[in-house]
Order: sequence, then C-alpha cells, then structure tokens
Amino acid sequence: MSLRIVVTVKYVPDATGDRHFADDLTVDRDDVDGLLSELDEYAVEQALQISENSDDDVEITVLTVGPEDAKDALRKALSMGADKAIHVEDDDLHGTDAIGTSLVLAKAVEKAGYDLVISGMASTDGTMGVVPALLAERLGVPQVTLLSEVSVEDGTVKGRRDGDAASERLEASLPAVVSVTDQSGEARYPSFKGIMAAKKKPVQSWDLSDLDIDEDEVGLENAYTTVDSAAERPARTAGTIVKDEGEGGKQLAEFLASQKFI
Amino acid sequence: MAEVLVYVDHVDGAVRKPTLELLTLARRIGEPVAVALGNGAADTAATLAEHGAVKVLTHEAAEYADYLVVPKVDALQAAHEAVSPAAVLVSSSTEGKEIAARLALRLGSGIITDAVDLEAGDEGPVATQSVFAASYTTKSRVSKGTPVITVKPNSAAVEAAPAAGAVEALSVSFSAQATGTKVTGRTPRESTGRPELTEAAIVVSGGRGVNGAENFAIIEALADSLGAAVGASRAAVDAGWYPHTNQVGQTGKSVSPQLYIASGISGAIQHRAGMQTSKTIVAVNKDAEAPIFDLVDYGVVGDLFDVVPQLTEEVKTRKG
Ligand SMILES: Cc1cc2nc3c(=O)[nH]c(=O)nc-3n(C[C@H](O)[C@H](O)[C@H](O)COP(=O)(O)OP(=O)(O)OC[C@H]3O[C@@H](n4cnc5c(N)ncnc54)[C@H](O)[C@@H]3O)c2cc1C
Ligand SMILES: Nc1ncnc2c1ncn2[C@@H]1O[C@H](COP(=O)(O)O)[C@@H](O)[C@H]1O
Repeated sequence: MSLRIVVTVKYVPDATGDRHFADDLTVDRDDVDGLLSELDEYAVEQALQISENSDDDVEITVLTVGPEDAKDALRKALSMGADKAIHVEDDDLHGTDAIGTSLVLAKAVEKAGYDLVISGMASTDGTMGVVPALLAERLGVPQVTLLSEVSVEDGTVKGRRDGDAASERLEASLPAVVSVTDQSGEARYPSFKGIMAAKKKPVQSWDLSDLDIDEDEVGLENAYTTVDSAAERPARTAGTIVKDEGEGGKQLAEFLASQKFI
Repeated sequence: MAEVLVYVDHVDGAVRKPTLELLTLARRIGEPVAVALGNGAADTAATLAEHGAVKVLTHEAAEYADYLVVPKVDALQAAHEAVSPAAVLVSSSTEGKEIAARLALRLGSGIITDAVDLEAGDEGPVATQSVFAASYTTKSRVSKGTPVITVKPNSAAVEAAPAAGAVEALSVSFSAQATGTKVTGRTPRESTGRPELTEAAIVVSGGRGVNGAENFAIIEALADSLGAAVGASRAAVDAGWYPHTNQVGQTGKSVSPQLYIASGISGAIQHRAGMQTSKTIVAVNKDAEAPIFDLVDYGVVGDLFDVVPQLTEEVKTRKG
C-alpha cells in the first residue's frame, strides 16, 4: 500500500514585519520579507509523523500557489523532510481570492494525485481559515478540519476537533482533506542534513495552462470580492500610564469607575 | 423588501448572542429570515421573533449533530433556493466560517469573513474588516453572487425589534457528501459559570507573568468581581496553566469586549490580533517597555501580584 499526502503551504509576509497593502489593495508581497506560514509548519509536521508511524510507503508532496519567492516556503518544507514540491506560479494569479485559490489548489492536487491533503488551520496573513473547507467541497471528499490530533490507519483518517462547545472525535475514509491546528504538536526544525538534502529534492513548476484553468477564473479582476478601501487604523490615543507605588490597584479601580465599568 | 438569511447558532434551542447581533445587522440590509437547524430548532423562534426575524425556517435531523459541517451547508443551500435572499449572514465561529465558505462556493458567490461592521451600499452590503492584527481597516463587498458574510461576535448591539417570526419547516435533501465525516464522539466543554469568552463585555486575561496554574486564581478572582470572562496568552496556555479554549489571539479566540484587562502579557503581535479591537484596554505589567502599553487606555507598571488583588478588593468594595 502506498499513501500520497499533499501538504498545502502558503508563503506569507512576516507578521512581525511591517505588513501593508499595495496600490491595488492586494497584500504587498514585494516590499515585505516573506516566509512559510508558521501555521503550515504544523501541517508539514503532521504529514511527517503520519509517514513515520505508517508501515505503508508514504510520499509527501508540498504544494504552494504563489509568486516566485514562494519557493522559499517549499524549500523550508522540504528541509523539514517532505519528499517533493510543486509550485503553481502564474502572473495571472495576482490578487486571486480564497475561492479562486481553492480552485487552483484543487486542480493541482488532482493533477499531483493524492489520498490525503493536509492544510494549516489558517494562513497568517489572510487568516480566513476557509481554504481547506473549500478544497474539500471542490474535490468532493470529506473535510476533517481543525484537528488538534490526527492519525491515519487502514484508509481511515481520525482526529480530534476542539470546538467552542465541545471536543469532537471525527472519522472519515480517504481520500480526504484535513487541516491541523497549532495544538497538534510542535513542528520540528530542519536539521543541517535536511537542509542539504532539500537542495536536491525536485520542485516542479506549473502554470495555469498546466492545470487547464482559464485566466478569467482567477486574479484580482475576477475575484469574487472587492476591497474598496484600506486605511491604516489611527494609532490609539496615548493612554495614561502610572507606576505602581502601592496604590496601583486603587488607581486602576478609579479609572474603571470613571469609565462606568464599576 | 429583500430578505436576508441569518444562520442561527443555538444550543438545543437556546440562541447564542452573536446570532441576535446578526439580526441587528441584517435589518440594515433587509428583512431577516432565520435558519435554525438540529435539535430544538423550533424553540429558537420566540427569541428570534423578538429580535426581528420575520420568518424562522427550521429543520431537525440527526445528521446535523452526527456529521461535520456539510449537512448544515445543504440546509442553507435549500433555504437560499426557497428565499432568494439579498445576503447570507453567519457568525464567525470556526464552524460558521467553514459553513459559509462551502455555501458561497456552491452559490457561485464571494465570501467575506470576520466582518466587524456591515451597512447597506449601492452595490450590496459593505463589510468593514480589521486586518493585519487590526493595524488596517478595510471596506469590502462581494462582487459576484449572493453575498455570504461572516461577522465577528460583539460587532453590533443586540436590539429588540419584534417581528412575526413565523415558523416554517424547511425541506432539505442531504447531498452525497453530507455523511462524509462522522462525529464518533463528543465531550461537551464544562461550563465554568463565567460568560462566554467571545461574547463577554469584559475579558480579564493573564499571561506568562502569572507564573503558574495556581496563580490564575488571582486572574479569576478579578474576573469574577467584574462578571468577566477569563482569557490567557498562548505562553500561559502552552505552559499548561490555562485551557486552550481560553486562549486569546491569532490561533485562539478573537475578542472585542468593552473592556480588556491584560496582566503579565507582553502584547506580541499574535496576541494583539485577537484583542486589539477591544473598546477599552487596560494592562498591568512590570516592564514599562512592554508593547502592550502602546495599546492601553490605562496602564499600571507594576507587579501583578500586588496590583491585581488590590484592584479586585477595590472593585468588590465599590460594588458593595
Ligand atoms: C503562528 C503563531 C500564532 C500565535 N498565536 C498566539 C495567540 O493566539 N495568542 C497569544 O497570546 N500568542 C500567540 N502566539 C505567541 C506570541 O508570539 C507570544 O509568544 C505570546 O503572546 C507571549 O505571551 P505572554 O505575553 O504571556 O508572554 P511574554 O511575552 O513572555 O510576556 C510576559 C509578560 O509578563 C510580564 N511579567 C512577568 N512577571 C510579571 C509580574 N509579576 N507582574 C506583572 N507583569 C509581569 C513581563 O514583563 C512580560 O511583558 C503565536 C505565535 C505564533 C508564531
Ligand atoms: N496560496 C496558497 N498556497 C498553498 N496553500 C494555501 C494557499 N492559501 C491557503 N492555503 C492553505 O489553506 C490553509 C488555510 O488558509 P486560509 O483559508 O487562507 O486561512 C493554509 O494554512 C494553507 O494550508
């Protein structure tokens, strides 16, 4: 038996840097340092663990849709231990929204061949957390999402989803789309050996024509949503800051009372 | 007047507060038609009517509890066919966003998530969003299909607006995908008796500075004196001092209360992402340079073990 896992990873602007919008109101990806979305490292980690715990022959492909620099994200995932990578890159993809991105990912996953797709819980730039559900809808396979624990055995994926009201145990047959949270287990650091090995691992590049996607199905002009304006939030007016000299708690209470909280 | 579908979040018929907020927003765009599914669906009608629902479409079936997400998408799609609404509103829980996304895809529509405000516009509803850890505010529209929009809790006031709230049975035929992901077990979260984190008017959070699970009693005591929910930073959660369900931030809950009190929290960007839209922000931290102080309306530089208990005592005294 063999198990083909595709991990979807996104290249995002560094959250600790100065993120902003470009003139066309898309996320500026040129002037800002980017990296593999930290939340997708958890997806790579779970793929590696499933592989390590399996008697089957497991092949892990990492897939990204993004600009040239997105290769950095693939390299990082390969150095963690994934086997090969696919980069979907096309100028016409600029400004594609979640609905369009899920189309490209679905076509790419189908072309690559898969038994299991593993995604992160959300991208750290858009933070929508919808692409895995969209991908499952498009592929017509079960969605087993937001798992803090996941395992695969005998063609079945099982996991635990900690929701607002309850913690649920979930189960579905493969093929399926899974997403994992940052509670699923720390992601490993690439080893020196891993980094060296990654340099030799294959990275395939596909464009829209390779995926039979029309340019009018994706991109900013064909997006399903329109951003009309983006304004920097005015800095909060400087607050009052006091040093506690024995009365800090009382002073704070006085403030809360003045604001009618008590 | 155009109808607006509102997906009802309820527990055995008890409607959750964010749904009532959706009804307030829906009335700015058209006439709210609520969709309530699963056990106790019809019991939601009275509350929904009180808050403006002209109609309540209900459907009970075991599938809603036994399988993940898709049965609810099937039902909303059926409701969309029955009503042809001007928009569909869902509250921004993790499940709400997944339901909304799949529905949008089926309808050939765009989706906007985590709106913090919504108003009618010439070209359809305009959603305000707070992005990049709330450092930017954007206004967006859905430009294709029926707008599907998820709204964050605490984005609007709950308003009474009595309407007919006529209950109608919705007929739903489940898709082949509906039974794809089985829920084989469910452990309900134990109630702490405190308000729901995302719905609370006041949130009192503790971070690494709290320095131990047992010390969280200090944070809880302050929360209880104010009738607040308790939050925690990821550092406190990762250390095992407080449950993950209470984590505030990018990978925890996003909260937008009237008052947020952070103690022993530095204010990392990922934490700010989940609390920066709070109306009033207060912090206690012994490091005057902590980034959280950039956000505060009132800050105390000091040891939380001195300041917080004194505050709690003072709140109790003042409340009598
Ligand atoms: C992908 C990703 C997602 C993340 N998601 C989240 C998230 O959802 N939520 C979240 O919170 N973080 C998140 N983080 C982690 C975040 O980057 C910070 O590490 C975390 O918020 C730090 O928590 P803290 O402020 O409690 O701890 P620290 O940064 O260590 O700060 C502790 C503070 O306590 C103060 N202190 C110590 N002792 C006392 C005392 N006795 N009295 C008063 N003050 C004292 C210190 O001066 C310090 O400022 C995420 C990180 C990543 C990479
Ligand atoms: N451009 C992309 N390329 C690859 N994977 C993506 C992309 N966008 C989103 N994803 C995947 O979908 C998950 C959720 O993303 P989102 O819905 O944008 O928050 C991410 O954690 C990724 O696994």
